[in-house]
Amino acid sequence: MLMASQAIVELKNVDKRYGENHVVKDLNLAINEGEFLSILGPSGCGKTTTLRMIAGFEQQSSGTILVEGEPVEDKEPFERNVNTVFQSYALFPHMTVFENVAFGLKMKRTARAEIRERVQEALALVQLEGFEKRYPSQLSGGQKQRVAIARAIINQPKVLLLDEPLGALDLKLRKQMQLELKRLQKRLGITFVYVTHDQEEALTMSDRIAVMHEGILDQLDAPSRIYDFPATRFVADFIGESNIFDGLASPQGKNIVVTTEAGRVLGQNSGGFEEGEQVQVSVRPEKLRFDSEAREGFDLEGTVRENIFVGTFIKSILLLSSGQEVVLTSLSGQAVPEEGRSYHLFWEPSDAVILHSRSQEIWSTIANVDLSGFSAEADASADAGSAETGGANAAPASAGAASASAASASATPAAASAPAAAHRQKARA
Amino acid sequence: MASRNATQTTGFLRRRLQRAAPLLTMVSPVTVWMVILIAVPLIYVLFISFCSTDEAHHIVFAFTLQNYAKLFDPTLLSIYGNSLLIAGLTCLISILIGYPFATIMANSSPFKRTLMMVFLMLPFWTNSLIRLYGWRSILGSNGFINSVLQSLGLITQPLELLYNHFAVVLGMVYVLLPFMVLPIYTVILKLDHSLLEAASDLGARPARRFLKVTLPLTSSGIFAGSIMVFIPALGYFFVSNLMGGGTTQLIGNVIARQFKEAFNWPFGAALSIVLIIITLVLVRAYTKTGGKMDDLGAM
Ligand SMILES: Nc1ncnc2c1ncn2[C@@H]1O[C@H](COP(=O)(O)OP(=O)(O)O)[C@@H](O)[C@H]1O
Ligand SMILES: [Mg+2]
Repeated sequence: MLMASQAIVELKNVDKRYGENHVVKDLNLAINEGEFLSILGPSGCGKTTTLRMIAGFEQQSSGTILVEGEPVEDKEPFERNVNTVFQSYALFPHMTVFENVAFGLKMKRTARAEIRERVQEALALVQLEGFEKRYPSQLSGGQKQRVAIARAIINQPKVLLLDEPLGALDLKLRKQMQLELKRLQKRLGITFVYVTHDQEEALTMSDRIAVMHEGILDQLDAPSRIYDFPATRFVADFIGESNIFDGLASPQGKNIVVTTEAGRVLGQNSGGFEEGEQVQVSVRPEKLRFDSEAREGFDLEGTVRENIFVGTFIKSILLLSSGQEVVLTSLSGQAVPEEGRSYHLFWEPSDAVILHSRSQEIWSTIANVDLSGFSAEADASADAGSAETGGANAAPASAGAASASAASASATPAAASAPAAAHRQKARA
Repeated sequence: MASRNATQTTGFLRRRLQRAAPLLTMVSPVTVWMVILIAVPLIYVLFISFCSTDEAHHIVFAFTLQNYAKLFDPTLLSIYGNSLLIAGLTCLISILIGYPFATIMANSSPFKRTLMMVFLMLPFWTNSLIRLYGWRSILGSNGFINSVLQSLGLITQPLELLYNHFAVVLGMVYVLLPFMVLPIYTVILKLDHSLLEAASDLGARPARRFLKVTLPLTSSGIFAGSIMVFIPALGYFFVSNLMGGGTTQLIGNVIARQFKEAFNWPFGAALSIVLIIITLVLVRAYTKTGGKMDDLGAM
C-alpha cells in the first residue's frame, strides 16, 4: 500500500448517489504527489463525478476526500488548492486571453506587475505568446485548450484536474497535445488527474491508470501492468483486445491447467487458485500462437475464418470447436495462418492471465441484493475483501460484468459471440 | 422603401418588422398591410408636425418649424427632465427587483418556474387600468394602508400616498416589471454553468464571481429589459394620471393633452417625433453596445 504521506489526494470509501442512481461505489484511491494519474473508463462510469467531488463541485454521499492530508468536505471550490481544466474549456467569453489567464491571480489580489509577468510566463508555457488581446471566440479549439490549461496552472495548484481535455480536438491535434501535456506535467511537477475514456491516451500519458467501470475502481496500476495483468475481466476487455476463456482450474506446480469448453490450456500459477475453481483465462491476440502440431499442456484447436490486414500486422479470426471466436495477430513478415486451415493454438503460460471468476460471481450477488438499508457495511466488507489482493488488483467487478462473463471472447464481434454464449450456458445447465 | 422607413419607429415596431423583413419581400399583402398600419400614420405624424392650426383647431398645411421651436419652452423642458427621471427610476427599481426575481426563477425547479411565470404574467390577463385602480384603493386616503395605520393608532391624519412621484414610479414598476424580468430570465437561463464553476475553481468567492462573471454575462438582459421598461415609462400617461393625479407630468401626458384637449395636433405630432427620436437613440445605443434586437423580443 501507499504511504499516507505520499498521497496528495486521497479518496476513502467515497460513495456518490444521485437519488437511486449509485454513481460512485466505495471508491478508494490514493494519488501520489507529482504523478500523472488517469481515470479511465467508458462513458457514464462516474469519472467526471469523481473529479467534480475532488474539485468541490459535488459533495460525496459518504466517505472522505483528503487533499494534502486534510479533509476537504467543508471547503468550497474556491478554497481548495486544486484547479480544473473543463471538458468544454469554460473560458470566459467576455474576457481576453490575458484576462482569462489572469483571473486566478486577480482573485488572489496579486500585484499588477506580477500578474503581467506570470501571465506571460504561463502563455509562453503553452506557446500562446502574442494572443493576449484575443477573445475566446477568436481562437481555434486547440488554442482554447491551451488557454484553459494556462488559466488553470496560473495559481500553481498542487493538483490539476483535467476532464477529457482533448475530447473535442481532432485526432492529429490530440496526439500532439498528449505529448505537450505530458511534457508540461513533467516540467511543472504538478500532479495531474486526467479523466479519459480513450485507453490509448491513458496508456501513452499516464504514470498510473485507475480503470473505472460502473462506479467501481477495477484496477489501479502502471499502464504496462494494466495491459499485461488485467485484474478483472472488464479491464482485460476494455484495455486492448483479449481472448477470454471460461474454464475450471487445476493448479499443477508453477502452472495451472484450465479445462475450457474448447479444450485444455495452461496458465501461470500466481497462487490463490483452488482445484476445480471457476476461472477465466485472458490472452492477448499477439500472445496467441499457432502450429500444425499440438504443444504440451494445450489441447486447443481453431480454424482460420479470415485474415485481416491491419497496417503493420495481420489479424486472424479463428473459430474454436466450442463455437467461440478468438483473435490472433501476427506481425507482417511473420508466418501467417492460412485461411480455412485448422491449427493447434497455444501460448506461453506466463503470457496468460488467470482471473478468479468465482469471486466475481460473489460480488455480483452482493451487488444485486438490495442493501439500501445497510449498504455501508456491505461496501466496507467489499473493501476489506479487495484489500487482500493488495490494492492494485482492487475492487470486484460489478453485476454487469459478472453476468457478461458468461459470454465468450471479447474480441469477437457481438453477433458472432452471442450464439457461443447461448451454447455455453446450455452446457453449464 | 416603405418597410425601411417603418423600421425607424419604435422599438416594438422595429422589432416586429425586423422579424418580418424576409417575408416582406415575398408576401406583398403583408407589405401593404404594414405600410398602411405603420408607415402611413408615421409619415402623417411627421408631416403634420410641420403644420400649424387655425382658430377652429383645423390643421393648416403650411410648412413651419414653430412646433419644434416650442419644444424648447422651459416648462416643457422641465417636464422632459421629470419624465426622464421617472423613467430612469422605474428602470432602476425594476432592475433591483427583477434581477433577483429572474435569478430565483431560473434556479428553480421546472414546476416552481412555471408557477412564478404565471404570477408574473397574470397581470397581463387583466386590464392594467383596473389593476391601477386596485393600487389606488390600497394607497388612497381612505385606502387599505391608511385604514390599517389609523386603526392601529399609528397616525391620526391619513398619509398622502397617492398623487406624488412615488406613486407614479410604483405604478410604472408594477405595470412594467415583467418586461424587465423576462429578458433577464432568458439570459440567465442561457448562462453556461461551467463558467461559474470555473470562476469558483479559480478562487472567486460568490460576490466577486457575481460581479466579474455573472453580471457581465447577463448585462445584455438588463439592457434589453431597460429598453423595454424605459421607453414605455416615458409615455404611459394613464399611469401618471391615475397614480400622480395632476402632480406628475410625463412626455406622454403632454402629447395626450395636445391631441385630446388642446386639439393642437401639429404640436402633439412634434412632441411625438421627439419621443420617437429618443427611442431610436436608445435602441441604437443598445445595439451599438452589442445588444441584440432578438433579446428585445423576449416577450
Ligand atoms: N447531476 C447529476 N444528477 C443525476 N445524475 C447524474 C448527475 N451527474 C451525473 N449523473 C449520472 O452519473 C453517472 C456518471 O456520470 P459521469 O460521472 O458524468 O460519467 P463519466 O464522466 O464517466 O462519463 C451517469 O449515469 C450520469 O447520468
Ligand atoms: Mg465525463
